[in-house]
Amino acid sequence: MTEARQTVRITDTSLRDGSHAMSHQFTAEQVREVSSTLDKAGVQVIEVTHGDGLAGSSIQYGFSRESEMDLISEAADVCEQAKIAALLLPGVGTVPQLKEAVERGVTVLRVATHCTEADISQEHFEIAKEMDLETVGFLMMAHMRGPEVLVEQARLMESYGADCVYIVDSAGALLPRGAAERVEALKQNLDCQVGFHAHNNLGVGIGNSIAALEVGADQLDGSLRGLGAGAGNAPTELLAAVLDKMDVETGLDAFKLMDAAEYTIAPMMPFQPMPDRDSIMIGYAGVYSTFLLHAKRAAERYEVDVRDVLVELGEREAVAGQEDWVIDVALDVAKEKEGAAS
Amino acid sequence: MSEDGKTEGQVKVAIVGSGNIGTDLMYKILKEPGHMELAVVSGIEPESEGLKRARDEGIGTTHEGIQPVLDDPEIKIVFDATSAKAHVKHAQMLKEAGKIAVDLTPAAQGPYVVPTANLTEHLDEGNVNLMTCGAQATVPMAYAVSRVTSVRYAEMVSTVASASAGPGTRQNIDEFTFTTARGLEEIGGAQDGKAIIILNPADPPLIMRNTVYVVPDAERDEVDEDAITESVNEVVSEVQKAVPGYQLTNGPTFDERDTPWGEKPVVMMFLEVEGAGDFLPKYSGNLDIMTSSARKVGEAFARHLLGVEEVVA
Repeated sequence: MTEARQTVRITDTSLRDGSHAMSHQFTAEQVREVSSTLDKAGVQVIEVTHGDGLAGSSIQYGFSRESEMDLISEAADVCEQAKIAALLLPGVGTVPQLKEAVERGVTVLRVATHCTEADISQEHFEIAKEMDLETVGFLMMAHMRGPEVLVEQARLMESYGADCVYIVDSAGALLPRGAAERVEALKQNLDCQVGFHAHNNLGVGIGNSIAALEVGADQLDGSLRGLGAGAGNAPTELLAAVLDKMDVETGLDAFKLMDAAEYTIAPMMPFQPMPDRDSIMIGYAGVYSTFLLHAKRAAERYEVDVRDVLVELGEREAVAGQEDWVIDVALDVAKEKEGAAS
Repeated sequence: MSEDGKTEGQVKVAIVGSGNIGTDLMYKILKEPGHMELAVVSGIEPESEGLKRARDEGIGTTHEGIQPVLDDPEIKIVFDATSAKAHVKHAQMLKEAGKIAVDLTPAAQGPYVVPTANLTEHLDEGNVNLMTCGAQATVPMAYAVSRVTSVRYAEMVSTVASASAGPGTRQNIDEFTFTTARGLEEIGGAQDGKAIIILNPADPPLIMRNTVYVVPDAERDEVDEDAITESVNEVVSEVQKAVPGYQLTNGPTFDERDTPWGEKPVVMMFLEVEGAGDFLPKYSGNLDIMTSSARKVGEAFARHLLGVEEVVA
C-alpha cells in the first residue's frame, strides 16, 4: 500500500449544537470540562457559541444562562492544541460580536445561511478574513435544494473567502445517497475544502457522514453522545471509532472520546437526543431540528399534537431560525381544533 | 405658507431614485396625493422601467440624478429612494437647497420616524429617516405596549421573502439589525431592543411576517393584559389606515419566559404585512410598508408647510 491514508478533520460542536439540547444552560465549569477533555482527546476544532450562533441569546431562541463570550474565554483558556470556533448566522449575529469573539479566543469562524441565501454572508467572511481567521461556510437545510443550486451558493461563499463549505443537513432529512451527491458536487466544483454536518433524525447521522467522506469530504462535525438539536448529531466518539476501523486518519483518540462521552457529557445531559417519535417526524417532514424543543413546549402550552405543528411547519417551508413560527403555528392548530370541536 | 403662490393646496414633491421603491411610492402618491403634487421622478437611467412608468403617468422625469431636483425651487419635499451611500451625499445637498428630505434608505442622517408612533414629532426637521421595513412594521407594536406599561425589552423577528430582499439589504444585513433594534428602543420605548431578520425562499413567496416579543418591567400579575390588548388593537387599526394589509395573525398573547431579568411576562404579537400591490407584488409587504410610511410622512410635512391641520389621514 503506497496510497496515503485518507484524512478528515473533525469539529466537535457539543458546546454549540449541543447548546440547543441543553436549552442554552451550559455553565462556565461545564464548558471548561468538556473543552479540556476534547482538547486532550485530539479534537482540533471545538465550536462554542449559543446554539443559534453569536447573539442567539433571545426570546426567539432562548436566553443563554451564561454569556457566550465568557464561555468562549473559558474554552480558549483550557485548550492547549484545539482551535475555538464560533458560529454566526447573518441576520442574528453581527460584526461587533464577531470581533469580541475573536478577542476572547476564537480563531475559526463558521458563517451559516439558509442554503439559497449565501449572499448575505459576504460582509462577515470578508471581515473574518481581514482578521486572519479560518473560515467555514454553512449551507443550512441543504436537503431543500439539489446539487446544482448548492454548488452555485457554495461558490459564492468560496468567492467571499470561505476556506471550507459545509453541506448542513439541519433537518436530518438526507439519506446517504442525498448527502453524497451534494458533497460530491461541491468537491467537483470548488477549490476549497468541503464538509458535512449531520443530524440523526432518521437514524443515519453516521451513515451520511461516511457517505460524505467516501466522496471526499475534508471535514465532518460531531458532538459527544450526539448532543445537538433534534435527534442530535453524529456522535464524535462514534465517528472516531468508525473512522479508526476504516483506517481514516483523524488524529482523534477514540478511547478518550468514549470516556468523554460516558463520564463528561452524559452526566450533564438533560436527556439523550435520539430518533424518538418527534425527532423522526422532524427528519420525515424536513423541518429544522432546533424546532424540536420549541415545538414540544408550544404543543404542551396550547394543548395540540406536536406532530401537527411540525408537519404544518414543513408545509409552510419554514427555514432555520424561524422559531417564532412554531408558536404562531401552534396557535393556528389550536384555533382549528377549537373550530372543529364547536 | 406657500411662497411661490402656485401651490396653494399642494406642495410640490420629488422622488429621487426610480427603482422598485421609488416607483411603488410614485403610484402611492398618485393614488392618494393629499397635499402633495408629485412634480418629478429622478433617476440615472433614461430607459429605466421606473422613469418610463413616470412618463406614462405624465410626471416630469430626469435621468440626471438629484441635481435638477435641487435646482427646482418649487420642490419642497424630496423622497430619497436611492441608497444609504448616495443619501449621505444627497442629505447635505438637500439641506443646502433648503428642501425637506424623507429618507427611505438606512443612511439615518436625521431622526427616525414611524408614523403611528411619532409622526408629528419631527416636522420642523429638514431630514427624517424611516429606518427599516422591519422597524416600520414592529416599532408600532412595541410602542403600543410601552404606552400602557414600561418596557424592559423588545425583540422583533422579521421573515421576508427572499425575492423581496434586494442587494442593499443583503450586502449589509447587520445594518438592518442595528437600526431596527434602535428603533425599538428610541421610538418603541424599550430599554433594550433586539432585531433578527430571516430570508425565506419559499415559492410562491411568503407574505412578510413579523413577530414582536415585549417584556414589561412589571411582574405578570401587575400587567394589565386587557389594556395592552386594547392598545395593540388600536395601533393595528391605525397602521391599517396606511397599510390595509397589516394584521395580527395571532396575539397579543401572554406567556412567561426565563429572561436575564428573571421569570417575566412576555407579550407576543404575530404580524402579517401584505402589500397593496400598487407596483410591487403583494408579498413584498416589507417594501410596501416603507413606501406607505413615506407617503404618510410626506403628507404630514406638506400639511405642516401649508399650515393645514390634520383632517383625515
